[in-house]
Amino acid sequence: MEQVHPQRKWQDYFGFSTDHKVIGVQYLVTAFFFYLVGGAMAEVMRTELATPDPDLVQPEFYNQLMTMHGSIMLFLWIIPAGAAFANYLIPLMIGTDDMAFPRLNAIAFWIIPPGGIFFLCSFFVGAPQAGWTSYPPLSLVSGVWGEEIWILSVLLLGLSSMLGAFNFVTTILKMRMPDMDIHSMPLFCWSMLATSALVILGTPVLAAALILLSFDLIAGTAFFNPAGGGDPIVYQHMFWFYSHPAVYIMVLPFFGVISEVLPVHARKPIFGYRAIAYSGLAISFLGLIVWAHHMFSSGTPGWLRMFFMATTMIIAVPTGIKVFSWCATIWGGKISLNSSMLFALGFLSSFLIGGLSGVMVASVPFDLHVHDTYFVVAHFHYVLFGGSVFALFAGVYHWFPKMSGKMVNETLGRIHFILTFVGFNLTFLPMHPLGLQGMNRRIALYDPKFQAMNELVTIGSYILAVSTFPFLINIFWSLWKGKKAPRNPWRALTLEWQTSSPPIIENFEEEPVLWAGPYDYGIDTESVDGDEEVDDMLAEVAGSS
Amino acid sequence: MNIPSNILTLILGVALTLISLWYGQNHGLMPVAASQEASEVDGLFNLMMTIATGLFLIVEGAIVYSVIKFRRKEGDLTDGPPIEGNVPLEILWTAIPTVIVFILAIYSFEVYNTMGGLDPMASHDHQQMMAEETMESSQLLAMDNSRLALGLGQSPEGEQTPPLEVNVNGIQYAWIFNYPETGTVSGELHVPVDRPVKLNMTAGDVLHAFWLPEFRIKQDVIPGRESLLTFTPTRTGQYPVICAELCGAYHGGMKTTITVHSTEDYQQWIQDNTFAQVETDGDVALIGDR
Ligand code: HEM
Ligand SMILES: [Cu+2]
Ligand SMILES: [Cu+2]
Repeated sequence: MEQVHPQRKWQDYFGFSTDHKVIGVQYLVTAFFFYLVGGAMAEVMRTELATPDPDLVQPEFYNQLMTMHGSIMLFLWIIPAGAAFANYLIPLMIGTDDMAFPRLNAIAFWIIPPGGIFFLCSFFVGAPQAGWTSYPPLSLVSGVWGEEIWILSVLLLGLSSMLGAFNFVTTILKMRMPDMDIHSMPLFCWSMLATSALVILGTPVLAAALILLSFDLIAGTAFFNPAGGGDPIVYQHMFWFYSHPAVYIMVLPFFGVISEVLPVHARKPIFGYRAIAYSGLAISFLGLIVWAHHMFSSGTPGWLRMFFMATTMIIAVPTGIKVFSWCATIWGGKISLNSSMLFALGFLSSFLIGGLSGVMVASVPFDLHVHDTYFVVAHFHYVLFGGSVFALFAGVYHWFPKMSGKMVNETLGRIHFILTFVGFNLTFLPMHPLGLQGMNRRIALYDPKFQAMNELVTIGSYILAVSTFPFLINIFWSLWKGKKAPRNPWRALTLEWQTSSPPIIENFEEEPVLWAGPYDYGIDTESVDGDEEVDDMLAEVAGSS
Repeated sequence: MNIPSNILTLILGVALTLISLWYGQNHGLMPVAASQEASEVDGLFNLMMTIATGLFLIVEGAIVYSVIKFRRKEGDLTDGPPIEGNVPLEILWTAIPTVIVFILAIYSFEVYNTMGGLDPMASHDHQQMMAEETMESSQLLAMDNSRLALGLGQSPEGEQTPPLEVNVNGIQYAWIFNYPETGTVSGELHVPVDRPVKLNMTAGDVLHAFWLPEFRIKQDVIPGRESLLTFTPTRTGQYPVICAELCGAYHGGMKTTITVHSTEDYQQWIQDNTFAQVETDGDVALIGDR
């Protein structure tokens, strides 16, 4: 039956396609390329930091690497990778044939490769050096063109992410198959609703800040420049009004991924569907009123520090609900420890640490000690790497058979996991004591008393670098020689598994059937309906495709 | 021997509590505490470490236990129990974090207040306050914004010893300390023990941040604005002063030291340095006198 339906050719993946599945893969591969670039920069930084003196690279160059690493990892890796999953999965999960605005979708993607390359070109004119936060006045006095390229690239990538967000929201709200109501759609779709709301509300404010910064930089205005009567603190408020929500933009899609992966490989319904769905919305709402927690030691008056401390701490509650619900989901299940599940569990255990240190830095008196130190570097890597990146790999291993039609090699996948998990903790755990003991961040030279621990961190980062090789080998090898994937290798219940692997161009050969909720594992669905169509589907789900 | 499961749970719970309490006090992660503020912050941090250790052990324990206990057997194609939720349990794990963050927020508020963070005088003096009351708020906004309270002021609890005031200027890769009482100018900070110190800080070029790790306090230093740090050193010795806001290529080199002297030693230091400066460098002393 699959033969009569047209399939994608490999060439399609290199051109302007409006097929959401092609676009999803394009996003993922492009983002992964930039992950390798950003990771290589991190390795140079870590090599530099193996010794206290700035002997490998000039301090100016260190700051350029630091700025580029941070910006690339956020704007060209994690955010596009979230969009990759959203593009690929949303139409399949809600049983439709494409996104609401396919053309817009393709445009949103095609902004990214030129935007990213333009951004990398800043190295030719002296890359930006003011950190990914780009605070004035420093950003106004450390090289005009690198900074301007940074601003323009972030504006472009922000535009791309806005276009994507409009598309996701419209698709999820308007294009669900007829009998799927909002409370029976997969949690990944809920998480993309929460994410997109933040993108749409936050990005314009960032854009405004960056445009004003650009005027200061190029035209000599003084919106943020105290030398001309401007106020650098206003920039910080505008920047964080977007950029705190941005951390949720970077993690919420992956919360969604985890909510999909855990039930399938633990063979149990997700624990507390509504609690997980609504806590995502709560996080997204609260995420809009916590931004000044990045400015506790900045120009923020005492009472305002207290206000933002309270709102920030409250976010721990919905986040806790999610973590506990995930733990309860695997509790008592029948867990398969495959690569996808391993990364999902790696996510749970690392994100927990990022969450615990997050509540700590929300406390103003404590944050006054650790702000802008390696403690914070440890905290946000536990959230972004331990959280987002681990969940991302869980998603890649989970959906690779669907995307490519090939199974991955589980042994290589497990090696990848172990190297990543060990390397990750060795790199980032010692950063906590480093920060507490007095090592500030964004420095190319440091006090020799911190050398021993920094060597450990650098070794950890090398293990992380090595961990990408089993992954890459696995992907290429599986594409070339991997076992052919059945339509539903994991016996999962969400709709993307009801079509062939990879899905045909129009997604479904025939109307998909919603014969069970997305997480109805262990529920006797066979007796619900005696319908022939349903029985066929069941047979397929049982793996006899 | 068969131990009933509720006794086992009880033992585990007690062990967990004891481990958390012990680690919360003995983590040894902080550097020495050299100020009143530092002991306040450390108390708070120890509580947070206690709670974090407990939660860490519970959640990681649950994950590891699940992975060992609830594994799918080879060839088993059945599903786990169809448990879709449990309202009392969900209420419990919503309520417990709520209570925890409530306690932490109140405790943090208390500590912050004790540190002088809510001192309304942090940037105003009485006359300014009176002047403001009679002024339109729009006018106020238009005035220089240095009068918004920034940083740590006098602790409401401390005895009212007048603080030692030092003016601090942060410029790319150096700190300059200016003692208005005596006109001393120095690249290092010297203060007497057990007397409040008030730093009036500003920056000459870009943002910097004044950080004393052993004192657990930090405040950004902002060009065109004045910010404030008030603290009381409690331990003599020499400690690092670090810039903690990216300020350029040699940001990592922007550091100096603070020396906490006994009262006599401090007098000696002031005398030596004021004298030496007038002798050798009239210009600097003049600037200091202004
Ligand atoms: C490959 C493993 C990684 C290593 C070894 C690494 C290492 C580092 C280092 C050494 C810094 C500079 C710290 C400083 O000087 O203050 C840094 C900063 C940063 N990293 Fe990573 N990192 C890695 C992965 C990631 C990932 C996956 C993300 C995000 C998804 C990320 C996001 C950031 C951000 C946002 C910054 C801050 C940049 C700034 O201060 O402006 N990193 N990382
Ligand atoms: Cu934030
Ligand atoms: Cu500085």
